[in-house]
Amino acid sequence: MNTSYNKTKIKLIATASALFLGAFLAVAAPLKVGDAFPDLTQSGLEGTVPDIHGRVVLVDFFASWCHPCQESFPVMQELYQKYADKGLVIIAINLDKNKADMDDFLKSHPATFVILRDASNKLVSQVKIPTMPSSFLLDRDGKVHAFHRGFKGDETRKQYTEEIEALLK
Amino acid sequence: MKTRHLLLLALMAASGLLTGCVNVQPWERGNLADPTMSASNPLGGMMSEHMWFSREAASGGQGVGGGGCGCN
Repeated sequence: MNTSYNKTKIKLIATASALFLGAFLAVAAPLKVGDAFPDLTQSGLEGTVPDIHGRVVLVDFFASWCHPCQESFPVMQELYQKYADKGLVIIAINLDKNKADMDDFLKSHPATFVILRDASNKLVSQVKIPTMPSSFLLDRDGKVHAFHRGFKGDETRKQYTEEIEALLK
Repeated sequence: MKTRHLLLLALMAASGLLTGCVNVQPWERGNLADPTMSASNPLGGMMSEHMWFSREAASGGQGVGGGGCGCN
């Protein structure tokens, strides 16, 4: 009787723990290298989503209050000017609560690449970025080729250049 | 016995779901990143430094001149 009760108890605890762990992982799992990036046209983004089919895409998440994001913009602009003709698309996705903050940011950090706004945080909640800024480099199949956590100046710029050149070959 | 199991499950579920803790996600830290949230904003930092060097009779190290008399 006692052994049977203990077995049932252990089974119950194991099941409950597995359920909790499963639920936690399902919610907390961030996007990994090799995963397909969510469809930008289905993410409720403000702005015109470009056609990225068969293109190499750098998706960057930024906000006006994030200092490294300010440093990353001139570098992304430089990369865009250098590689746009070869097939690179850069999409910067803004996460400011107020659109006016984004507009002010863009006045002082002008960019000719695509700027979208994830006001509902739908996309960012799906990809679960661990820090600001974060960027995903997507290959021509729309899969994550590289993930960049933060922006570390020349180090990130060098990595971007190497990875983009390798994908554009 | 069954009631006990159900109670145990309910307690486990409650412990997981009824916590007051919230993780502020990296993209939700705009307010926290505001300069006015900084412990060392220019005005607040200057005032607390003034109180500190007056009370401790010590100054320097943070670019603040003057002695420890509390009169400056």
